Amino acid sequence: MSVQQGSGQQGTVASRPREQWSGQLGFILSAIGSAVGLGNIWRFPGVAYENGGGAFLIPYLIALVTAGIPILFLDYAIGHRFRGSSPTAFRRLGGKAGKWLESLGWFQVWICIVIAVYYAAVVAWAASYFTFSFDLRWGDDTAGFFVTEFLQTSEPGFSSQFVPAVLIPLVLVWVAVLAVLGSGIAKGVQRANLIFLPLLVVAFLILVVRALFLDGAMTGLDALFTPDFSALGDPNVWIAAYSQIFFSLSIAFGIMITYSSYRNRRANVTAPALVVAFANSSFEIIAGIGVFATLGYFAFQQGVGVDELEGITGVGLSFITFPAIVSQMPGGPLFGALFFGSLVMAGFTSLLSVLQVVSSAFQDKFGITARQASIRVGSALAIVSVLLFSTTTGLITLDTVDQWANNIGIVGAAIAATILVIWVLRKGPELAAHLNAVSTFKVGPIWQLLVGVLAPIVLLYMLIQRIIVLTTEGYEGYPLWYLAVAGWGTVAVILIGAISMTALRWKHDPDDFTPWPSAEALKELKK
Amino acid sequence: MSGIAITFFVVAAVLVWGGLIASIIFLARKPQLDVYPDGADDVSDND
Repeated sequence: MSVQQGSGQQGTVASRPREQWSGQLGFILSAIGSAVGLGNIWRFPGVAYENGGGAFLIPYLIALVTAGIPILFLDYAIGHRFRGSSPTAFRRLGGKAGKWLESLGWFQVWICIVIAVYYAAVVAWAASYFTFSFDLRWGDDTAGFFVTEFLQTSEPGFSSQFVPAVLIPLVLVWVAVLAVLGSGIAKGVQRANLIFLPLLVVAFLILVVRALFLDGAMTGLDALFTPDFSALGDPNVWIAAYSQIFFSLSIAFGIMITYSSYRNRRANVTAPALVVAFANSSFEIIAGIGVFATLGYFAFQQGVGVDELEGITGVGLSFITFPAIVSQMPGGPLFGALFFGSLVMAGFTSLLSVLQVVSSAFQDKFGITARQASIRVGSALAIVSVLLFSTTTGLITLDTVDQWANNIGIVGAAIAATILVIWVLRKGPELAAHLNAVSTFKVGPIWQLLVGVLAPIVLLYMLIQRIIVLTTEGYEGYPLWYLAVAGWGTVAVILIGAISMTALRWKHDPDDFTPWPSAEALKELKK
Repeated sequence: MSGIAITFFVVAAVLVWGGLIASIIFLARKPQLDVYPDGADDVSDND
């Protein structure tokens, strides 16, 4: 592993050299491991089906090229040029007059803190269901088993009644993820991704091949890929496509900034980003085939059409519908183990990346090691996670916090980042020149136009639309007081956390840093 | 599967999986630049 030595000018905010990936492959696999998560498996297939089927692929691919990849480039450019965690990178990007931009980085870090505490719970559920697969523990009433027997779900609120079946695997997930995190970038995060990502692909491909040979599989695929062209005239379908790309790629909440900050200075930035983006979408297409071939089998068994099935996305698909299918299927236990094992691996590598954002930020600000960050910060998050999500109200809290953290938190952070970076600080030309100075795939004015104009417009529309829906219609019929506390309260926690962390003193001066290539060198290159 | 569904599957596969293959080939053929600005003292990726 090549590491940099020396002072802050070399890109570190501590006396230690900044960690690095061992090479391009390790970085790419880790970035794919982050992007490929639960949403690829349980969100994309249902969203595609509900928004025009095959026709959805048109706005989906347009969204990938016009927003997903451009914002991914932006994240990579910020992390790679300013070589730090989100708060460090944004502070350095802001320069002398823009040190306050650190708060945007902390806003992203607090989004990751919120996501990590509930995402770990879902990984723990999947791990439990992996073991349940072998004896089909869920029985015939899979919905009743999941909601009542397994999670012991009560009314919306904040319960102190713990559910041991959730608590124990949740603690184990935290122990495992913090052990990896504490081992650092190359020996921890990268090594875990080198193991889990290939395993995930192999396991899921076996599942897909098996699903394709089930009765009714082709009917399922027919439902997924038959285009409804009238959907293309519906703005909500386009918003669904941009949302899917946006949430799926792990962009705009610090992950890709953090990951690219661990690359060496001469690393190719844009070309690997293309590999990551297309790999993420490739896995989504594979997931769509696997899920809808299986749903086609389920519809065939039930003697109904695919359009009559319920629970085809999210938690319902994974923990209610899929177990029911597994129970009816020849070789069901193996199929269930492959499915839930895939969920665990996809979720674990994504959880790692979310926590790396937090760890990296605390390391930079307080001059602590990866191990110290893992033990001190990670343990605190683990306790919060256990207190909130291993109780009888865990499912409802998770559902609510997820809705607000993603649709308000991440979208808001993305709008702020694009507008502040491109319009307020006018850093677009510098970042484009930086990308071109180190990368083999060049970007031009179109990239700045997409990041600075199209992306904020689409994201702003998404944000306003969601705020209107959440304030006028509520969410899932939960009480208003509960949504105020668990939903809007989550946004308040993120905001207060960002402001508080920005106000704290740095252990080492983050501004003792000179970007490479220098601004003058970039101007020379443009001539 | 109907003809139109197969068509859309093939188009999706070609564009997305083809995009992945093309981006991998692009990266493999030219993993890094020949010339960099002066100043960076760390080495480039080796794999």
